[in-house]
Amino acid sequence: MKCDLIIAGVGGQGIISIAAVLAQAAIDARLYVKQSEIHGMAQRGGAVHSHLRLSSNPIASDIIPLKSADMILSVEPMEALRYLPYLSREGWAIANATPFENIGNYPSMDTIRAAYDALPRHILFDADALAKELGSPRSMNMAMLGAASHFVEMPPEALAKAIHARFISKGERIAELNVTIFHAGREVAKKATEKSMA
Amino acid sequence: MTALIEQGTLLLGDEAIAQAALDAGLSGAYGYPGTPSTEIIEYIQKAPEALAGNVHREWSANEKTAMEEALGMSYCGLRSMVTMKHVGLNVASDAFVNSAITGVNGGMLVVVADDPSMHSSQNEQDSRYYARFAHVPLLEPASQQEAYDMTYAAFKMSEELALPVMLRLTTRLAHSRAEVRRQPVLPKGKVVFPTNKRQFILLPANARRNYVALLDKQVRLRSLSLESTWNESYDGTDKSCGIIVAGVAFNYLKEIYGGTQFPHPVVRVSQYPVPGEMITRLARECDELLVIEEGYPFIEEMLRGIVDMGLKVRGRLSGALPRTGELSPDSVGAALGFDTAAHFSVPDVVAMRPPSLCKGCPHTDSYLFLNKALENRAMSRVFSDIGCYTLGALPPFDAINSCVDMGASITMAKGAADAGVRPVVAVIGDSTFTHSGITGLLDAIYENSPITVLILDNEATAMTGAQDSIATGRLERLVLGLGVDPEHFHVVTPLKNQHEKNVEVLERELAHEGTSVIISKRVCIQATKRNRG
Repeated sequence: MKCDLIIAGVGGQGIISIAAVLAQAAIDARLYVKQSEIHGMAQRGGAVHSHLRLSSNPIASDIIPLKSADMILSVEPMEALRYLPYLSREGWAIANATPFENIGNYPSMDTIRAAYDALPRHILFDADALAKELGSPRSMNMAMLGAASHFVEMPPEALAKAIHARFISKGERIAELNVTIFHAGREVAKKATEKSMA
Repeated sequence: MTALIEQGTLLLGDEAIAQAALDAGLSGAYGYPGTPSTEIIEYIQKAPEALAGNVHREWSANEKTAMEEALGMSYCGLRSMVTMKHVGLNVASDAFVNSAITGVNGGMLVVVADDPSMHSSQNEQDSRYYARFAHVPLLEPASQQEAYDMTYAAFKMSEELALPVMLRLTTRLAHSRAEVRRQPVLPKGKVVFPTNKRQFILLPANARRNYVALLDKQVRLRSLSLESTWNESYDGTDKSCGIIVAGVAFNYLKEIYGGTQFPHPVVRVSQYPVPGEMITRLARECDELLVIEEGYPFIEEMLRGIVDMGLKVRGRLSGALPRTGELSPDSVGAALGFDTAAHFSVPDVVAMRPPSLCKGCPHTDSYLFLNKALENRAMSRVFSDIGCYTLGALPPFDAINSCVDMGASITMAKGAADAGVRPVVAVIGDSTFTHSGITGLLDAIYENSPITVLILDNEATAMTGAQDSIATGRLERLVLGLGVDPEHFHVVTPLKNQHEKNVEVLERELAHEGTSVIISKRVCIQATKRNRG
């Protein structure tokens, strides 16, 4: 098993939580893990990303080489595109469709959609809306993690367990809600791939 | 002693260092927050064993005070650690260089996290030069496990050599997590003063003796480097090129070749001084050398020397690798002839997204009243400092003219006032003020220099994650105690509804031909969020 992911977003959007859940579940499954993240100045509303590498064999580099990521997972539509040189030819770009507009020259959603349409494998869906509909707008990142999990060779129960463990300090209800939103995100990815295969 | 722990823990490189120091019987951790080193002390502050064992773990005012506090603990025979970012070592360098002359008593580890590519820094200086400059051994881990193992071993090494040991890591390792396995927990030391009463008294007569002893120790340091299991030679059949690799670059080399079956002979350097004989052997058997090191071309420069001895050396200086910035599997791959061209490129629609002040940040209101007060004053200058408020340099504020080093706002403002410029403002944060602003303000007060110092007091060291600030609760008394004229000292609240009033206060002080201090006080929005849970 080998899965290299770039997780992208804007500082404060919760990408470190996504990486931490995946990494913990991988450790519990006795996989090797390396997870590189950005701290410091860029966290203040700037573009941030994390390199997450999971493998059944020892991992050498903390950074994923160019053209070899199995997935770019982004909680923001424009941010995934910033890391496309990392994507392998067969890799997936999976992104939240709700833009985070904190800059004056944010591109139109039409041009962003066009960039996705040029990619062979992508899923662009409104994770903000999904999380809101299920009762926890702040859990958008868990919806994205759910979508990603469809492509990661790891039992969804193991991830659900890691999510539950991460949020249990905020109470059973919040922990369960995050797990529910994770499963809903996973369904979105499942349906999207079924549709593209049909 | 506890048993070896079987399942590892997922730790950042920084956290691995913290855990290893605790396991090695640490009595005190000292430091000042600075990316990418901050998480070392943060981890110790949260560690239950540090609380139970009363390990010192509060932040210091700056890196120099931290280094001296660690040295004081070492003097008493206990194991101490001091942590900082690379530029922090500039601040601490007086104490650091002299700690090699005094030597240590209890083991003392100096951890310095360098930031190549300047992710969150003003330069990308390489701390290996400092270790060489001070004549102390340096360890450079490539993995989280090595960060743990080297830290764990460093205290004993420091005690055996009676020298501080430096551990250098870079951002990529500091801020990357992997599984780490721990070693048995060692007991903390007991207070035992140095047997040589003159060891720490650097009167010239003593210092000369200590310095000769330090130089004599270099022979032993070099042989330790040769014996070190962290300096390794790998055989390879293709001797057209020999590779010298250091730091996290070793990971990239393994990534490219899928392990340690390298086609070329390789010498890996992780313990310094550089193991000369290992490199000489490599140079003799290979047609040319490729040096792959994270940071400055430290080893490459040593190999090149001044006189051309016909040795063919490639690396960052030759252009085989980029001269600046972090290395990557891709830049290392390119130097070794691999095709690293990507399949997909970044589409044109992608716009830059620089960092910005948080929504509701008090600095926003401070810059709004500062800009208003300075409107239509083309000859005014604003000297600023290191912190979140440096983002005042970017639109929509464009409010500051400088950011150089910790504390330079006040002193550069004084220099500009000395040059005859009016009005001159210094903008500095509360934590930066206690780090290195106080002495500069003393200079200004001494001469009653016509500058207006605006201290943005958000009661936190915000940029590095809202750590406690040593100024909190005492800043007003501190400033007045330095001798600022109370008539030209004000505390204002940076809020929209105070804007007019704040502009007025500032305009009045800009007109004052002497030193004024205005504290603009409102707690960091991130710290507020954190405290609310």
